[in-house]
Amino acid sequence: MSTDVMSSHHAAGHDHEHDHDSGGNTVFGFWLYLMTDCVLFASVFATYAVLVNHTAGGPSGKDIFELPYVLGETFLLLISSCTYGFSMLAAHRGAKSQALAWLGATFLLGAGFIGMEINEFHHLIVEGFGPDRSAFLSSFFTLVGMHGLHVTAGLVWMLVLMAQIKTRGLTSQNNTRLMCLSLFWHFLDIVWICVFTIVYLMGVAA
Amino acid sequence: MKIEQFSGYLKHLVWLPLLMLGGCNMALLDPKGQVGMDEKSLIITATLLMLIVVVPVIVMTLAFAWKYRASNTKATYRPNWSHSNRIELVVWLVPCVIVAILGTITWTSTHELDPYRPLDSDVKPIEIQVVSLDWKWLFIYPEQGIATVNEIAFPKDTPVNFKITSQSAMNSFFIPQLGSQIYSMAGMQTKLHLIANHEGSFEGISANLSGEGFSDMKFQAISTSQDGFKDWVAKVKANPETLDLNSYPALVEPSKADPVRYFGAVSPTLYQHILMQYAHGGHHAMNSAEHADADMVGMHMNARTEESN
Amino acid sequence: MFGKLTLEAVPFHEPIIMVTLAVVALLGFGVFAALTYYRKWGYLWSEWLTSVDHKKIGVMYILVALVMLLRGFADAIMMRAQLAVAQGGAEGFLPPEHYDQIFTAHGVIMIIFMAMPFMVGLMNIAVPLQIGARDVAFPFLNSLSFWLFVAGAILVNISLGVGEFARTGWVAYPPLAELGYSPGVGVDYYIWALQLSGLGTLLTGVNFLVTVFKMRTPGMTLMKMPIFTWACTFTNILIVASFPILTATLGLLTLDRYLDMHFFTNELGGNAMMYINLFWAWGHPEVYILILPAFGIFSEVISTFSGKKLFGYTSMVWASGAITLLGFVVWLHHFFTMGSGANVNAFFGVATMIISVPTGVKLFSWLFTMFRGRIRFTTPVLWTLGFMVTFTIGGMTGVLLAVPGADYVLHNSLFLIAHFHNTIIGGAVFGYLAGFTFWFPKAFGFKLDERLGKGAFWCWISGFFVAFMPLYVLGFMGMTRRLNHYDNAMWQPYLIVAFCGAGLILCGILFQIAQLIVSFKNREQLRDLTGDPWGGRTLEWSTSSPPPFYNFAELPTVHKLDAFQDMKEKGTAYQRPASYSPIHMPKNTAAGVVIGLLGAVFGFAMVWHIWWLAGLSFIGMVATFIARSYNQDVDYYVQPDEIERIESQHHARFEAHGQTLNTTSFAEQV
Repeated sequence: MSTDVMSSHHAAGHDHEHDHDSGGNTVFGFWLYLMTDCVLFASVFATYAVLVNHTAGGPSGKDIFELPYVLGETFLLLISSCTYGFSMLAAHRGAKSQALAWLGATFLLGAGFIGMEINEFHHLIVEGFGPDRSAFLSSFFTLVGMHGLHVTAGLVWMLVLMAQIKTRGLTSQNNTRLMCLSLFWHFLDIVWICVFTIVYLMGVAA
Repeated sequence: MKIEQFSGYLKHLVWLPLLMLGGCNMALLDPKGQVGMDEKSLIITATLLMLIVVVPVIVMTLAFAWKYRASNTKATYRPNWSHSNRIELVVWLVPCVIVAILGTITWTSTHELDPYRPLDSDVKPIEIQVVSLDWKWLFIYPEQGIATVNEIAFPKDTPVNFKITSQSAMNSFFIPQLGSQIYSMAGMQTKLHLIANHEGSFEGISANLSGEGFSDMKFQAISTSQDGFKDWVAKVKANPETLDLNSYPALVEPSKADPVRYFGAVSPTLYQHILMQYAHGGHHAMNSAEHADADMVGMHMNARTEESN
Repeated sequence: MFGKLTLEAVPFHEPIIMVTLAVVALLGFGVFAALTYYRKWGYLWSEWLTSVDHKKIGVMYILVALVMLLRGFADAIMMRAQLAVAQGGAEGFLPPEHYDQIFTAHGVIMIIFMAMPFMVGLMNIAVPLQIGARDVAFPFLNSLSFWLFVAGAILVNISLGVGEFARTGWVAYPPLAELGYSPGVGVDYYIWALQLSGLGTLLTGVNFLVTVFKMRTPGMTLMKMPIFTWACTFTNILIVASFPILTATLGLLTLDRYLDMHFFTNELGGNAMMYINLFWAWGHPEVYILILPAFGIFSEVISTFSGKKLFGYTSMVWASGAITLLGFVVWLHHFFTMGSGANVNAFFGVATMIISVPTGVKLFSWLFTMFRGRIRFTTPVLWTLGFMVTFTIGGMTGVLLAVPGADYVLHNSLFLIAHFHNTIIGGAVFGYLAGFTFWFPKAFGFKLDERLGKGAFWCWISGFFVAFMPLYVLGFMGMTRRLNHYDNAMWQPYLIVAFCGAGLILCGILFQIAQLIVSFKNREQLRDLTGDPWGGRTLEWSTSSPPPFYNFAELPTVHKLDAFQDMKEKGTAYQRPASYSPIHMPKNTAAGVVIGLLGAVFGFAMVWHIWWLAGLSFIGMVATFIARSYNQDVDYYVQPDEIERIESQHHARFEAHGQTLNTTSFAEQV
């Protein structure tokens, strides 16, 4: 029977104690999730690329895209990434109300983006160019709409997080969540740049 | 321990290669055309090649398990032996070599047996347009101006060029004793080149589930003499029924286990019409089926499945 | 109010289904009554349903997998029986519209709802213990993954009694799976069941990657990780990279069916080939998701019971990595007959063959692990040896199918069916069953009866050969898959033999049920008091069986591969510290089970177009998630005195039993 005491071993063990919800794990896990989201978008991008010319007698991108309008949308989203960055900086300083204010600005910009997108979709559907018109339009609405849904989810998350920061302050848990949402928000920005380039710019140029 | 029961496996080992060489009832091992014959010998070559590794692995599994059984205390026991550069080299190298050989065979045979490659023959090929319907096969002979359901005929030793599409779901056009199969897909055209070197009537099937009536979606492929083929064409031509854009919709109606039907005359544009009804593009010219490749951006793998634009 | 749902959705006119439903209802009532009678509802809820303990979640995964195995196997028996009789004008007892649902359900259930949860369950039980962790990185997420998977399983089972299941084959190729050719709710059940469980799988993949990369015990570098953990890590990489493709693909099919879009339709520019490519871009990695952990189990088993280090550990890791990478560039071999060019087909054919190189290396590594070992022929070893023989044959037929020239005639034939059952049963299922027997004592504290286990093995393996070798022959006879009836009289004898094989496998399953019952009865004799019933080499065997909820009273420090074997050799195993420190543990939560069940409601509502219910349940899921994010009472510390008490109990028990915990060579015990 060898149930000897090993005190030195014990000390070493404790130093390396792992916490379950330590922020590092969460951010790493969230980053992995974003990679899966990336694959999701890649699949839909590939589908779009295959179907872009399958207009079935309906309009092509050239016929329906209004570049200046989409450029406006793009700026809203790009600026919202900046405001989010300011919010993060404020949070690092521990300035709660500033962080909240910048988050609020980000929320408004994101909501503006979504509003413009809904308006664009509405416009197209009314004109008879809905997603049921052709394979090209199906893939256009799905790709852009999927990004829009992500942004919407981000907005809901942002509201909840703002409420949590307001009541509980910049706790380490809230800071971790702020970091994750930041990754998410910037990720959606990058995806949008791809959408803008591949769908809109290349669509109009084609 | 009942190690000896493992020897039961050996029977299967002997059985498998035997099965490859025998096969009197086996459609794939009793091919009646050049394509099928080449495919049969490819299967046998590849199998024999792989047996070079497979047999030793199985024998070693049983032998090692027996020799190093715990009750055999005479066998060497080296609990910490877990690495040997020589063995590692062999176990990586041997499969590599076999795969290299097999890969070479694969590369050349894939090009030779490409279903799209016209067969080498001095005889003028015969063209048959194939449409899979729910749940029957429509065959159009553009040169002869006839159409049939669930039966085709062609002279032996004559290459047959099939052009294949579908009216509805995806099927796979397959005459096992003649060789290769290929999918039939709506709005697209695939090609298949076969030849029969013997006379006979061979069963043709759909080899891809297409719904309720799929199991009975069979046809006969008759390989006959030149005269026999002429007679067959005459027999079909004698039939008063005509297949054109007006009578086609009735044929499209789903039906199961259809009997053979002959149409003495067929609209020359019917096949093109079937192919074009699912138009993909808008701004492309409508008649350029061959042009479709350019449409397949990002899908190089399907590049030669022609689409109707 | 109820969308498309009416009373007519229940197939009252199908005696087979109604009898099945009656039996299920009876069993369900029995379980319900027993739980009520023995007042176990509270226990079930607080100890299991809301548990975030990876070991309990693993057990629940495997329980569901075994139930689904029975369901999928019932489908298999019906298919074999149908084909044994439906020759030459005889239509058999299953009309195509029913038969087509059965083979679709069989495929979906066996892959998604049997093999996947079995694998994930074993991973849950073993991986955190093998790396010396207290739990997974995100315990709540783990519970959520499980319940999302259960939601999918519930949907598949509801489809039996309410409506129908897909009739498209498990791949659900469009245009057949489009509204025009499949107007019923079958495909919708398929879509939502796969989406829900797929989401669960994806979260599991993320969770375990973080666990393995961030939560290994001190000293365990990547190249000191147990080989099963490595195998699971590669599997999780595959999950994370491939499951989103499935999500996207099914999502696009959903849009086609629900919003009249045209991704894969014949009309208005849809392209069904895109679906087929996307489906297999997920589907092929999925095959390796299933097989790699099985490979890992075989490695653990063969090394443990040979009393020897695994031969070529480094090669094994690299081989798994190579399989992972190559698994992504071979998907086109599932449709060589779609009309791709010779160069393309040849490329994918050769790429597929290259996978056989690392796979071959693995086989040789197992062989040379046995070489100069002392092999104890326990049940897990039998499964492993059975696998090595069976899988070699399956691998060979697989490489044959990878030769496009051969595939042009063998594609979609029963040869293909025989091949993939050869690898999935002979590879994955044998592996899981080996793992089940191997880790059962760890999870439950007692071993499984060996005699019955061996009986099960011999029935399974002989049944496998009797059932599937005839299918290889039938493939050469030109018989294609998914046929409901046939005319060729020469096929029938082979199909009858195959039916008998299925009967033998049934005997194997009966043996396993008997094994569970007998082992439970004799659990005191089979009790594992040491925590190390097999002479194990890795950390999971260093703690008690079953392990305390915190797994390790003190995190072990690792110096070498096969860390526990190393401790036993150095005599440092089983040492107790002078005092314990508090352990940080997660609290149980009902959020996972609530979200999962709401997910099932959501799926059901979507299937039947009950929009208000779909909306409500979706909002419910989101609200539960947000509520959970408000909950700050999610963890606690286990105090040293409680740890002391639990650990002393464990040590006292085996001391009282007169067990010696010194490292003894287990070879002599056989």
